[in-house]
Amino acid sequence: MVSLVETVEWMGANSDVLVRQSIQHLSIALTALVIGIVLWVPTGVLVRNNERVSQVLLGASGIVLTIPSLALLPLLIPFFGIGEAPAIVALVLYSALPIMRNTVVGIAETDGAMKEAGRGLGLTDRQLLVRVQLPMAYPVIMAGIRQATVLLIAITTVAAYFGAGGLGRSIFAGIRLANADQIIGATIVLSALAIVLDYGLATTVRLLPNSEVIDT
Amino acid sequence: MFEPAVGSAVEAAIPLLLTGWIEYILENPDQFAVMLREHLQMVVIGVTAAIAVAVPAGIAATRHPTVGSAVMNMGAIAQTVPPLGVIALTFAFLGVGPRPAILALFLYGLLPILKNTVAGIQNVESAQVEAGRGMGMTSLQRLWRIELPLALPVIIAGIRTTIVLSVGIAYLGAFIGAGGLGQWIILGQQRYANEILLAGAIPGAILVILLDQAFGWLGARIGPTESSADDRTQTTVA
Repeated sequence: MVSLVETVEWMGANSDVLVRQSIQHLSIALTALVIGIVLWVPTGVLVRNNERVSQVLLGASGIVLTIPSLALLPLLIPFFGIGEAPAIVALVLYSALPIMRNTVVGIAETDGAMKEAGRGLGLTDRQLLVRVQLPMAYPVIMAGIRQATVLLIAITTVAAYFGAGGLGRSIFAGIRLANADQIIGATIVLSALAIVLDYGLATTVRLLPNSEVIDT
Repeated sequence: MFEPAVGSAVEAAIPLLLTGWIEYILENPDQFAVMLREHLQMVVIGVTAAIAVAVPAGIAATRHPTVGSAVMNMGAIAQTVPPLGVIALTFAFLGVGPRPAILALFLYGLLPILKNTVAGIQNVESAQVEAGRGMGMTSLQRLWRIELPLALPVIIAGIRTTIVLSVGIAYLGAFIGAGGLGQWIILGQQRYANEILLAGAIPGAILVILLDQAFGWLGARIGPTESSADDRTQTTVA
């Protein structure tokens, strides 16, 4: 049966594999996250005032998000082959809804009085966006980025089945070999990655003046 | 099997690359029906169990806010464990078959329903509860006749999230011998056969989109309350 001592022993004996797979895992998930942020935050900013376009985009990315990862990844294989490329494409698609939606909602919810104050100071629309609305929307946008991060770490695990690296390899190997220590050890490392990243990103909000971490 | 897409041929190749899966389903209708049934069975049992536990637990959490918020915080941390990790863990403890997969679905499905039950009941305006009290309703009557009906759309939004999530996690059940549509994903991957992969993937994707839309429609029909703990800024996927 399962014993925590044996799991810890297994983790110690295989620490080099776990470290290597953690690095692979983070490199895939964080590459996709950075691409996702660069792509979806500006998209959210661009469509913020266009109700129709933002509804269509958010609706489409909502549908993408409902598709199981084990179903979406095979759909990309004919186009991108196996390995890291289709995994990153899928992850970027999955990150669209949380990041874009929170950008749109965060900007829309900026306090009206603050905007008026900015206008009164003679700020242009662009200045208002960069100096008032985006800083105020930051906690909401970051909440979306945190959700995307936890999501991408999870989906990267499944992507290991289609030739991408990462901790999913240890989990699939553990299932194949019915090795409980391997499964538990890899899952502990995996969950630790997600929790640490989530907490770290929340800290970037906590450090700002007058900002509250938004947990959803 | 497929011509590689080159240059301007890419556009012409897209439909070509995605063909063959319907034929594969039509050639193996019995197997497909069995897998679909296994898949839905996991989802229905897991989600029903999650509703049966999470709705009463959510009601209890609104009555004892300190315990409630502690449970919710723990649940939020537990939810950061990836679904594949959860299903591998239940396999480590319960072995092969649908039982560990259903347990994983159940565990993963608890939080969205719990959270929305709490949010739904807390969103009910106190004036409405007070009106009930003024009419001489007991606290149980107020719960049953006022709070739950008003919270229902939000609770349904939570169930919707759980169902979408569960269809995805049920896919992962194939890795631990629980059956379901994931079997064709595994088979297609082993044989490098795109049409088998797609025959496993596309029906599940369609199924989940339909279920999601259906529950969205149901939630909108049932009550005037639009707000949901999920709709605005919550996200989950398997």
